[in-house]
Amino acid sequence: MTGADPRDRSIGGDPPFVLPQGMREEIVAHARRDAPRECCGVIGGRGGRVGTLYPLTNLDQGTDFYRIDDAELFAVYREIDEGGGEIVAIYHSHPVSPAWPSPTDVRLAAWPDAHYLICSLAGPDRPDLRAFRIVDDQIREVALAD
Amino acid sequence: MSEQESIRVLIPTPLRRFTGGEGRVTANGATVGELLAALDQRYPGLQAQICDEDGRIRRFVNVFVNGRNVRDEEGEETPLHAGDEVGVMPAMAGGRSAVRR
Repeated sequence: MTGADPRDRSIGGDPPFVLPQGMREEIVAHARRDAPRECCGVIGGRGGRVGTLYPLTNLDQGTDFYRIDDAELFAVYREIDEGGGEIVAIYHSHPVSPAWPSPTDVRLAAWPDAHYLICSLAGPDRPDLRAFRIVDDQIREVALAD
Repeated sequence: MSEQESIRVLIPTPLRRFTGGEGRVTANGATVGELLAALDQRYPGLQAQICDEDGRIRRFVNVFVNGRNVRDEEGEETPLHAGDEVGVMPAMAGGRSAVRR
């Protein structure tokens, strides 16, 4: 896990998750806007391909936990579902810790089909955005591609 | 319940393995709790994903009736009527800290 750019690292198993540069920038901007609190949101799409990014409200007022506003999430889920899509990614930020799922992230990961994106601002000048699948309490990092 | 099944239920992706991949099903029940029990008859195991052993909706699962979270209504006792839409939604949560309420 020492590569400067996640795209340079080969990560086993899963196909790369295609996340356009513009969306990465949106997530980083959201993380910076909400720091020191954690930000959160989802990306809708089809067949695993990203479509629309939805920044959502973190109900938790602290700096080390997130819970996506349940009513907002449901409204977005309905919109995506009615359009024939699915939630392809769930993102949140780690304002001061690495871009790796915490034990709490793993325990509460209820969406095994989605990619979990974590944006770390631990190095403020170099935000680190990484993608994971969390299935049956197991973490698999997934490479990001443009 | 003798009338036609009249309540639409949205099944989120993570729970579709219980419904044979179906994202929308119909069922009946006079309350949310009854509806979930009826669904479990057809899709064994589904109710346990949503409710704990005492039949209470789990803390990290939400149930909506016509867009309203039943936590703000009468929980499992929330009454249902023909034409209602029920949505089940596992929470999205996590963080660096231990779980808090």
